Amino acid sequence: MTTTTLRPAASADATAGATGDDGPGRPRRKEILNWIAVHSIAIAVALLFILPFVFVFLTSVMADDQAMSGDLWPDSWHWENYRTVFETDGFLDWWRNSIFYAVVGTLFTVCSAIPVAYALAKFRFRGRRTAMILVISTMMLPPQVIVIPMYLVWAQQFHLSGTLWPLIIPMAFGDAYSIFLLRQFLLTIPKEYIESAKVDGCGELRTLLKIVVPMAKPGIAAIALFQFFYCWNDYFGPQIYAAQNPASWTLSYGLESFKSAHSVNWNLTMAATLLVMAPVCIVFFFAQKAFVEGVTLTGVKG
Amino acid sequence: MAIALSRPARRRLRTLGFLSPWLIGFSVFFAYPLLATVYFSFMHYNQIKAPTFVGLRNWKYVFQDMPLFGPALWNTLWLVVVMVALRVVFGLSLGLLVTKIKSGVGFFRTAFYLPYLAPPVAATVAFVFLLNPATGPVNEVLAKIGIDGPNWFNDPTWAKPSLVLLSLWGIGDLMVIFMAALLDVPKEQYEAAELDGAGAFSKFRYVTWPSITPIVMFAVVTGVVQTMQYYTQALVAGKIASGVSIGPGSVIQPGYPDHSTLTVPQLVYSMGFQNFNTGAACVLSLVLFVIAMAVTMLLMRKRSGLLSAED
Repeated sequence: MTTTTLRPAASADATAGATGDDGPGRPRRKEILNWIAVHSIAIAVALLFILPFVFVFLTSVMADDQAMSGDLWPDSWHWENYRTVFETDGFLDWWRNSIFYAVVGTLFTVCSAIPVAYALAKFRFRGRRTAMILVISTMMLPPQVIVIPMYLVWAQQFHLSGTLWPLIIPMAFGDAYSIFLLRQFLLTIPKEYIESAKVDGCGELRTLLKIVVPMAKPGIAAIALFQFFYCWNDYFGPQIYAAQNPASWTLSYGLESFKSAHSVNWNLTMAATLLVMAPVCIVFFFAQKAFVEGVTLTGVKG
Repeated sequence: MAIALSRPARRRLRTLGFLSPWLIGFSVFFAYPLLATVYFSFMHYNQIKAPTFVGLRNWKYVFQDMPLFGPALWNTLWLVVVMVALRVVFGLSLGLLVTKIKSGVGFFRTAFYLPYLAPPVAATVAFVFLLNPATGPVNEVLAKIGIDGPNWFNDPTWAKPSLVLLSLWGIGDLMVIFMAALLDVPKEQYEAAELDGAGAFSKFRYVTWPSITPIVMFAVVTGVVQTMQYYTQALVAGKIASGVSIGPGSVIQPGYPDHSTLTVPQLVYSMGFQNFNTGAACVLSLVLFVIAMAVTMLLMRKRSGLLSAED
């Protein structure tokens, strides 16, 4: 989707350059050479980026013995490898756990981030700056810094080790990264909309739900996507809390043990690898715009 | 209306109400465990018997006697320097390339971006396979053009560079950030520079660079903090490349080969959850904390875009 917004600008630029220069022959040729150079580099780099996917895919459909051989092209295509992966013990459970963790975690994160981000973006109160600094500090800290006491609490007081709940419950209490990202987005909503809603007699909560949330949809979509991917990709969290209980493993955690269960069947391992990547790629293709906007927002639009 | 509260008091209550999820989360899931980490760093605790106070013994142990602390810290700092520098240079080059592309921008951008989306575990497993010295396609291809490929993840000197390669493959996020920054540079400035007869290099040096330095700074600092917590890829690469069969609960020495991929976060995990030396693990956590905090402070001081739009 973002393609369409960029393409006209790029081609307009090209024509402007062609007519802007004074000499009729030379600049054109220089421009064509430039075009060829840029695109050859781009194609070469793109190939390097895509080839790993291609190799992984080709191996995933090889026969068992050929996958061990270092051949690049499959002699025969074994699509049933994918069925074998699904029929592996635990794989469907891991799939279900990953979806549960990602969906509930995302829901909790979004619901708790909205009011906090709104207050940080639009309310004036003492300590606002301090609060922002604290949010950014927690966002920046490695999860390993606090993991040991947290684990002890969940395991010894609440007896929840072996489940994914110790990872999901804290998400109902605000995730720093989502709060920060959404606040940056809410800063771009003009004050006037909020003020006019209040003039019309909306309370703060109604203003948030009826005016701000609908306007902030792209920002909310971005934090939802980021959190979904975070949960889907999380390895450290499930390793801490779920390692002892294979019934609670997620795909990201289970994938690495997949190899040992089958003593390096690279074809099946690569098929499983692609199956772990698939949902992320599918979600990305449907929500490309929100995702790229989110990335841009974190880095650029301070 | 029913409650008799002054306006400022009502407003304060409203603010507190909206902030309450984070206030609870920050105190319970951040401030408390951070203080507890400091507390445990002075305790001997094996997670079975009650903790006992040992003063600075854990600290002395980590900094003087722990055999793996040196390598872990060295590897982490090596990765911080090399990985962050290469990622910024490569991300910026790719961002520049994308802004120069005239046809098929959408295709190229997606191609460069896609690997960033691959879940770290999946990407790592795939890379260990691709770079497998005996049967991996990469050395197969290198052999075809007459290059004797290295042992990648199985060679202590090549293991960290292999991880860098993996992280450069996932450069998509930085590319997008740099691309957006480059498109934000005012066009008139380039035109003015051209009128003054500036070449491509001078244009970059005097127009592009000054206006993107905040973003470069941002990329460096966030990159440093991210690399400080580098865990999943290093751990998974070491485990898979070692070929050890790892069932649940089995203890393997992390950092294969020869501790060359052992990072501080891995050491925290193995101290806290495999050796049950809670005190030492907490000291290691605090080492990470201090470094990450220092970098974060720098980030906020330098106004690298994070807090600049405070209002």
